[in-house]
Amino acid sequence: MNVPEHLQYTETHEWLRLDGETATVGITDHAQAELTDIVYVELPKLGANLTAGQPAAVVESVKAASDIYSPIGGAVVEVNGALEGDPGLVNRDPYGEGWLYRLRIEAGEQIERLKEAAQYRELISASGKYEV
Amino acid sequence: MTEFGSWLMPVLYSGIVDEHMTVRGNAGLFDISHMGQFIVSGPRAGAWLNRLLTNNTGRLSPGQGQYTFLLNERGGVIDDLIVYHLREEEFLLIVNAAKVDEDFAWMQSRLESDGVEFTNRSADCVGLALQGPKAPRLLDELFGISRPGRNEVRQVTREGLRFVIACTGYTGEEGYELFFSATEAAAQWNRILEKGAPFGLKPCGLGARDTLRLEMCYPLNGSDLSPEHTPLEAGLSIFVDLNKPDFVGREALLAQREAGIPLRLAPIKMTEKGPPPRAHYPVLKDGRQVAELSSGTLSPSLGIGIGMAYLPADLARIGEELEIEIRGRRFPATVERKPFRKPAA
Repeated sequence: MNVPEHLQYTETHEWLRLDGETATVGITDHAQAELTDIVYVELPKLGANLTAGQPAAVVESVKAASDIYSPIGGAVVEVNGALEGDPGLVNRDPYGEGWLYRLRIEAGEQIERLKEAAQYRELISASGKYEV
Repeated sequence: MTEFGSWLMPVLYSGIVDEHMTVRGNAGLFDISHMGQFIVSGPRAGAWLNRLLTNNTGRLSPGQGQYTFLLNERGGVIDDLIVYHLREEEFLLIVNAAKVDEDFAWMQSRLESDGVEFTNRSADCVGLALQGPKAPRLLDELFGISRPGRNEVRQVTREGLRFVIACTGYTGEEGYELFFSATEAAAQWNRILEKGAPFGLKPCGLGARDTLRLEMCYPLNGSDLSPEHTPLEAGLSIFVDLNKPDFVGREALLAQREAGIPLRLAPIKMTEKGPPPRAHYPVLKDGRQVAELSSGTLSPSLGIGIGMAYLPADLARIGEELEIEIRGRRFPATVERKPFRKPAA
């Protein structure tokens, strides 16, 4: 499984990329592989204020709908509109074209509780092959 | 993997959509060993089954099978099953995994006469379903027998192993279901996959089994069928012979037919692309909830959401405009003619 070094991760299989005051959020390669063919993505509304650990988006495969939890809090400043026409981008390029949304990070927002790549790798290798 | 009727089963191998399209285009192999197998034999076997099941087993000659129901006294569905008349005085019943014990106990409690032997063979019998347009040619390659026609069943022995081969399935494609001794399960699974590779055969899981059957509006017991609904409500009265003198549930069905069938299991298709509909989502008419989906999915063949629901009879009309509520949002849908996917000509 691809787990890029420069990202941060959650136990619920989201990734976060910090870029100054904004952060980009997506789901990991492991998550997309477990969800299989993604057929629909419901994104947060622009301007919505998200809370860390709360459901922010829904990713649906043929078999199930899965909540995506925001790794950190903040206001949504951009969503990936390309996913409406091509939700499979999340499967094909989970860390690139398949990103979900961008947040403006509030001052003082905690990111320390997120996992580094090595910790996340450990988590998914321990979680077993058949769990989602 | 998932728990299914106390079996641990694969939801998918290469992916639900890939497996689905493989079955529509080439062929897929499903492990259906979870389904239960009962043998009913003896001089009174046919007569006994005919008093328990809705369809008319008297119309079956040896080598023929039929889809049928086991009902409770209220006419509600305990199980849907297939009865194969294997040979004179011997029948094979294929029942749903989650219902094996309940069906067996229900039927055994109604064993009334000498001349019927009733055994549960579920533990030592396995099943594989070979489904798809290339299944007939692959069956030739595997067995070299004259193929059974639709709903027919043949018994063949190959290298000392006895196979029951039926031309039935749950996908809407041409195909076969093979039943044989559990000791040979892995060897046969591997052999068929190997022989099938040149035909594009792939292993398929429960996920594709569900999308394939729903495109055909084949009901899933526990979702689209339940003890609370009759086969008449499910729109499956052609598998119920009300002219038979007696079977469990007959009085209730006659009464319901007389009083008017209040609900109808209707195929519902989303009008536009959107999130996939799923079981239990509310179905609305003019802003008011009138039902919930009994099944729902994104149809891989059609690329749009499909489902079924028990609608009030006056709404179960083709073209009726409804809405499906998904996470608080409402999406337009209409009642369709079944099946969603028309079989290729």
